[in-house]
Amino acid sequence: MANKKVIITSIPIVIFTALVVVFWFSLGNDPTELPSQRIGKEVPEFRLSNLHNAEEFFTNQDLPNKPFLLNVWATWCVSCHVEHPYLVRFANQYPIPIIGLNYKDERVDALKYLQKGGDPYLFSIADEQGTMGIDLGVYGAPETFLVDGNGVIHHRYVGVIDNRVWNTIILPKMKELDPNLEQLEAAE
Amino acid sequence: MKKLILIICALMMAQLAQAVIETYDFDSEEQEQLYYEIINELRCPKCQNQTIADSDAPLSRDLRFIVQQKIKAGESKRQILAYMQERYGDFVLYDPPLQPANYILWFSPLIIFLVILAVVVARVGRRKVTLEDESNRADKEKGE
Repeated sequence: MANKKVIITSIPIVIFTALVVVFWFSLGNDPTELPSQRIGKEVPEFRLSNLHNAEEFFTNQDLPNKPFLLNVWATWCVSCHVEHPYLVRFANQYPIPIIGLNYKDERVDALKYLQKGGDPYLFSIADEQGTMGIDLGVYGAPETFLVDGNGVIHHRYVGVIDNRVWNTIILPKMKELDPNLEQLEAAE
Repeated sequence: MKKLILIICALMMAQLAQAVIETYDFDSEEQEQLYYEIINELRCPKCQNQTIADSDAPLSRDLRFIVQQKIKAGESKRQILAYMQERYGDFVLYDPPLQPANYILWFSPLIIFLVILAVVVARVGRRKVTLEDESNRADKEKGE
C-alpha cells in the first residue's frame, strides 16, 4: 500500500519533469518555420524573364550543373536588406553560385538595389507575379534553397543568412552536396 | 458611456468585416460558395493563425487569387486543396488528413478521455468494495 502511495504522489512530479524537458527542447524551435514540401524534388518548372533584361527568359535548363543556392528576395523585404551584404561577401569569397529570385518586386527598384548594394547573383530571375514563389512554397522572404547539380532541392533555409547560419548550416550542407567544396574554410 | 462603448464596438466590427477587400465574379452561385468554403479552410502560411479568407497578407491575397482562378477553370475542391498541400504541406489545411503523421493530433483527445475514464471507473469500483467491506464489518460488529 505504501508503494502505491509513492507511485501516485510521483505521477505529478513525473508529468512536470516531462513537460519541462519537452518545453526546454522546444525553446530553440521556431514555430513559424514550416518544413518545405519541395525537399527531394526538382526545382519546379519555370519560364521567367531575366531581371536585367525583360526580353530574355530563363528556364530550368539555365540552372547550373553544380550545386548552387537559390535565394528568394525582394526590395520590400526588410530582412533581405540585412542579408544582402552577407550574400555579396559570400559570393566573392566562395565558389558557390547564388541565383537570385526577385519575388513580386518592381524591376526598376530591384535593379537599383543591386546597383547600390552589389550583385551577388550569377543571374537573377524576375518572378513578378510570384508564381514560382508559390510553386516553391515560399511564405516569407528571404528564403534560400540548396539545390544540387541535377536541380534537386535538398534544403530550405527561411530567414537571414549571416555568418553563423552560413558556417553552421549552409556551408556544411553545400559541402555534402559538392565534395569539391570540402577544403573551404568558415567565414569570419 | 454605454453608448460610447457600443459605438467603439461597432467600429471594431466594421474593421473586421473589411478584412477581405477584393471581390471576384463567378459564373455561378455554387462556384462562389465553393470559393468561400475553400478560403475559409486554408491557413495562411505567413500569418499562422488566420485563414486566407481572414488575412490581409499579400501571400493570402495571391492564394485567394489562385483559388478563384482554379474554381473558374472548373477544378474541384480536392484538386485545389491538393495543389496547396503540395506547396505548403498539411499545415495549410485547417482540416488535416487522417494519416500516420497526424495520428497524435486526431487520437490524443480520445486516448486521454479513455485514460481518464479508466481511472474513474477503477476508483469508483474500488470505493464500492471498501464501502461494502465496511458495512460487512459493521454488521459483524453488531452481530457480536
